[in-house]
Amino acid sequence: MKTELTVNGRTHVVEIEPRTTLLDVLRDGLGLTATHAGCEHGVCGACTVLVDGEAVRSCLILGVQADGLDIRTVEGLTSGDGTLDIVQDAFCETHGLQCGYCTSGMILAAHALLRVNATPDEEDIREAISGNICRCTGYQQIVEAIALAAERMRTSNVLGAGEVVK
Amino acid sequence: MTDPGRRFVSTNRRVREDRRFVAGAGRYVADLDIPGTLHVALVASTAPAAKILGIDTTEALAMEGVVDVLTGEELSAGVAPLMNGLDTPRVRRFPLTVGQIRYAGEWVAAVVATSRALAEDAAEKVRVRTEPLPFVIDAETALGPDAPPVHPEHGSNLLLDKTFDWGPVADDFAAAEDRLSLRVTWGRNATVPIETFGVIARWNPWDEMLDVWASIQMPKYADQIARALKLPGNAVRVHYDVDVGGSYGVKRGIKHTVLVSYLARKLGRPVRLIEDRLENMRAGDAQGPERIFDIDVAFDRDGTVRSMKMRALDNAGAYAGRAPFQLGKPIGAIVGPYRIGSVQYRAMSVTTNKAVQEAVRGFGQAPTNYAIETMMDRIAAHLGMDRLELRRRNLIRADEFPYTIPSGSTYDSGDYHTVIDKVLAHADYAALTAERDRLRAEGLCAGIGIAACLEPSGGNSSFEPLLNENNRTSTWMEGSRVIIDALGGVTVTIHTTSSGQGHETLAATVVGEELGIDPDRIRVTRPDSLSSLPGNSPVGSRMAIMLGGAAARAARDLKRQLVAIGAHAMGIDPSEASYEAGTITAPDGRAVGWDELVDIGHRRFHDLPPGTNPGLAASFIQQVPTGVALPEDGKVQMYPCYSFEFHLVLMAFDPVLAKPEIRRYVIGHDCGTVINPHIVRGMTLGGIAHGIGAALLEEFTYDDGGQLMTQSFLDYLMPSSHEVPSVEIVHHCTPSPLTEFGQKGSGESGYLGAPAAISGAVQDALSPWGVTVDKLPLRMSTISDTIADAETAA
Repeated sequence: MKTELTVNGRTHVVEIEPRTTLLDVLRDGLGLTATHAGCEHGVCGACTVLVDGEAVRSCLILGVQADGLDIRTVEGLTSGDGTLDIVQDAFCETHGLQCGYCTSGMILAAHALLRVNATPDEEDIREAISGNICRCTGYQQIVEAIALAAERMRTSNVLGAGEVVK
Repeated sequence: MTDPGRRFVSTNRRVREDRRFVAGAGRYVADLDIPGTLHVALVASTAPAAKILGIDTTEALAMEGVVDVLTGEELSAGVAPLMNGLDTPRVRRFPLTVGQIRYAGEWVAAVVATSRALAEDAAEKVRVRTEPLPFVIDAETALGPDAPPVHPEHGSNLLLDKTFDWGPVADDFAAAEDRLSLRVTWGRNATVPIETFGVIARWNPWDEMLDVWASIQMPKYADQIARALKLPGNAVRVHYDVDVGGSYGVKRGIKHTVLVSYLARKLGRPVRLIEDRLENMRAGDAQGPERIFDIDVAFDRDGTVRSMKMRALDNAGAYAGRAPFQLGKPIGAIVGPYRIGSVQYRAMSVTTNKAVQEAVRGFGQAPTNYAIETMMDRIAAHLGMDRLELRRRNLIRADEFPYTIPSGSTYDSGDYHTVIDKVLAHADYAALTAERDRLRAEGLCAGIGIAACLEPSGGNSSFEPLLNENNRTSTWMEGSRVIIDALGGVTVTIHTTSSGQGHETLAATVVGEELGIDPDRIRVTRPDSLSSLPGNSPVGSRMAIMLGGAAARAARDLKRQLVAIGAHAMGIDPSEASYEAGTITAPDGRAVGWDELVDIGHRRFHDLPPGTNPGLAASFIQQVPTGVALPEDGKVQMYPCYSFEFHLVLMAFDPVLAKPEIRRYVIGHDCGTVINPHIVRGMTLGGIAHGIGAALLEEFTYDDGGQLMTQSFLDYLMPSSHEVPSVEIVHHCTPSPLTEFGQKGSGESGYLGAPAAISGAVQDALSPWGVTVDKLPLRMSTISDTIADAETAA
């Protein structure tokens, strides 16, 4: 099926087999491999992307269903020149990851939270990432990263620092 | 905790690997786009045991995109059997089963097609005709004389039955004032990385080279591939620059690799197999130890533990592999942190019709620690003694190190009493106990759990010759190479894949420390296996010790070369020269700087001191400290270094609902000198989370029909951010005398003690009912049923 996908602000018209998940379209069709397959049945959250700003499991939505929606992946957070956004940098600061496999989903879950809550407390953060399984960290350094990112967004006077993915 | 003499080791520097991962720029095996690649899907058995009468591939072969359907009969004619750790030659195994199915989910055939989806479609059309056979799921039943043999040619289901007597066990039991017996059971859990196993193989017939990219964490991987494929060792090239999405021991996909390698040679195309979650859970060689411990322990009424007899019965699943060795590693810490004078240990491994067991974080140490710590709690309860007091009485004292335990291993260093005292002070133990009692007064079940555990680290494999006398392995070295290029840049090499342990940060930090230059300026690369020095992969909490040691000593060799060059340039003896941050200085203040040293080393052979090679390169192959001897009389030095951890946890739950809630979690951790605090902290916290899963949630469960009931993340439950609490870490540092910086291992960490501590907390919470819990995982339903039964009985 001919489908119009808007990913990271760029529109692609692609031919998609109806049974193909959005996850597989992003990875295999568009070469956007930052989004990872974990369980492919909607539990682990490794494949989380933002759809119209909300955290969505790309293994549970078909590619053809994403027609016309605004999809964001981790590739869209930076310009690719080695500069990180505030959330990514905070994950580096607290070492909120180890193997990196769940990290893309965690970072986008954090963006989905910070878009609607600029002052999350620990419970808010734990709730926001509770649909993303991490086997490496025990979550604590991830919670710290998101809290740090929130604080930096609130306090930075750099132009655009408080922006999160819309 | 920073040593004032060190600039980079132990400082809170960022972990260099994190940058690529937060950018989504990790390079995992499924991300590789190799043109012309074919995809594999597997035909899995539905029965736990059956004879294969025939496999009809006609319909599948006719389907769109299908290139081949491979059966075990064809594959077994072309490859050697997979490695078997034990001396059980009739327990043979191939990636696809031959003639007989031995567990539900076992791979019967492989379908190769131009896409994974088409391969899956066709896999459903492969017709397998079978005749059911009797099966056995339970380890004790499998030992019975009437049990159906999983491998009839082997004669029984017993793979290993070895008894060790270390010290005067009978005398100590006779002399002891009291004794008790207990049984505890460790459920079949695993590490369950979020990335499944995946592998791509490509055969180049013109070079006669097999290239392999895999999500692997395994010693001797390239060797095993070459042996199975009957290729020379230098015809297999494993690419180590593949990021591994978590492993924690389990990613040993040799059967997957042999399968796709055979197909790649046969079909002349790259072939890839990326497991889906179902394949991973039911047949990915991804399930861990499942163990029943029967313990008799002899002690005096003052709490002194004199002797222990432990029988560990392990359910290996359908094939042997290396899994039975997980009964061997705990021999190196069989008395835990305690002074127990003699031990009898009987290690038994049996085959059943369950999926194959693989290595899991700690390689058998976590179950053993759970058994030892439960034993200590039971002794305390039996004697009416405080659990902490009992432990303090039996712990090895700081002034007794190095301390040799009955099974032959010498613990390098430790200060267990101090770590415990620091944790109790940090947590305010009296206040914690008061809080428990306050919760109880509110009608909740509340309990405090404690666990004092060791993490043997440094990873050699002395357990192999100990359990299999035909195995003569006495070393498990690790190499590293450091070069200074002609422009003065420093590059250090790692000869393995990594799965989140931060080895690039480790290598850069220790080389920076030795050379006195900023680690951020040091490049770290991963040559492929044919360009690599010998190594044995990051298993057994060994890389801080082994890779850290190898990289540091290669850098030290380079520093020696630089000093010689600088001293020669100034006409002084090297012993008079000093090295500081890349500059060589003479006693009179003259100096030769980095650029000049590099220029001489790379271009000016005429200015080199006699006997010095040009090029500024150094390699070092690190031997396991202490790892030089084969076992004698059933005794051997197992791992060189012993980290210590002390867990203290307060839990509370409603007596009817029994949803366990961790109210406080404090861990005291001593892994010697910490190379990177972020990494060690992450390992500790992640290990505890993993241990919480093992204690409360995670189990690969089979029903009476031999079917795996936990085939997805809906059934196999892992801790989320709601189940894992904030954990407080209390640091202590007792350096190891055996390593470069005093470092020990920390990769297994919290997983080794959390299950024991949580079980102890639940047990304490149930103490008002006088019932015991003795099996992990502790499910909510079991806890509430236990309470209900006790109240009914009362």
